[in-house]
Amino acid sequence: MLITRKVEFSASHVCRNPALTEEENRALFGAAANPHGHGHNYVLEVTLDGTPDPVTGMVLDLKVLKDILNREVVEAYDHRFLNYEVPPFDRVIPTPENIAIDIWNRLRPHLSGARGRLYGVRVYETPDLYVDYFGEAP
Amino acid sequence: MIRVTRRYRFSASHRLHAAGLGEAENRELYGKCNSPFGHGHNYEIEVSVRGPLEERSGRAVDLELLDGLVRRQVLEAFEHRNLNEEVPAFRAAVPTSENLAREAVRRLKQNWTAVFPAEWPRLEKVSIAETSRNTFEVSAHEIE
Repeated sequence: MLITRKVEFSASHVCRNPALTEEENRALFGAAANPHGHGHNYVLEVTLDGTPDPVTGMVLDLKVLKDILNREVVEAYDHRFLNYEVPPFDRVIPTPENIAIDIWNRLRPHLSGARGRLYGVRVYETPDLYVDYFGEAP
Repeated sequence: MIRVTRRYRFSASHRLHAAGLGEAENRELYGKCNSPFGHGHNYEIEVSVRGPLEERSGRAVDLELLDGLVRRQVLEAFEHRNLNEEVPAFRAAVPTSENLAREAVRRLKQNWTAVFPAEWPRLEKVSIAETSRNTFEVSAHEIE
């Protein structure tokens, strides 16, 4: 079965490709290319796949999951300027697509056991735009 | 591979009435939705697109292109319309949200390659919420 936990973080970012000119960046990213940056209230939904433990009835103790999400993602991302403070966004453009992949990569080592295996990451940049990542197909 | 989902809104009116059924059967089947002058909803529509990341932009889809396609093919056709009277597909088909989602997929697929000529991104699905309590999802592969 699948279980999903939601957390929120707020961060600023700028979407620019340093290999492109100012005009090209504006054309590609629009207002998101503003070099001073801008911010979002991101919402992260993390979904685990697993079978409930026969004793506890839980796939994974949600307190454990909450601690992992806070430690691995929220502490790193919350109230940060992603491009300057959160690698790999010093060299990777912090689009919601790349943020979802980075969060997957951060969480995967901690959620790959027999119980509560990472299944999917959903990142809402706004209520009207979200990205799902399920890892690379094996 | 990444899935990007964009949410849009439109308001429209409709009347659920099956031409093949009698007046009494329609009232029985559709209840208030069969009221003769129609009624309206604030619809929410989610369009999901799948593709690899483009290296240059770090994105799976150019949102400006997607927004333009959805606006021209779906939102402008449905927004503040009487679906039965003003959308040709609903002269024959009953404008249930099931059929509305199918029509949105049909419209997007028919015009997809004009906007996205490359192999990716591809339309994956469309989901329509008629109210916050009812959602109708159609995969792109379900529609010719």
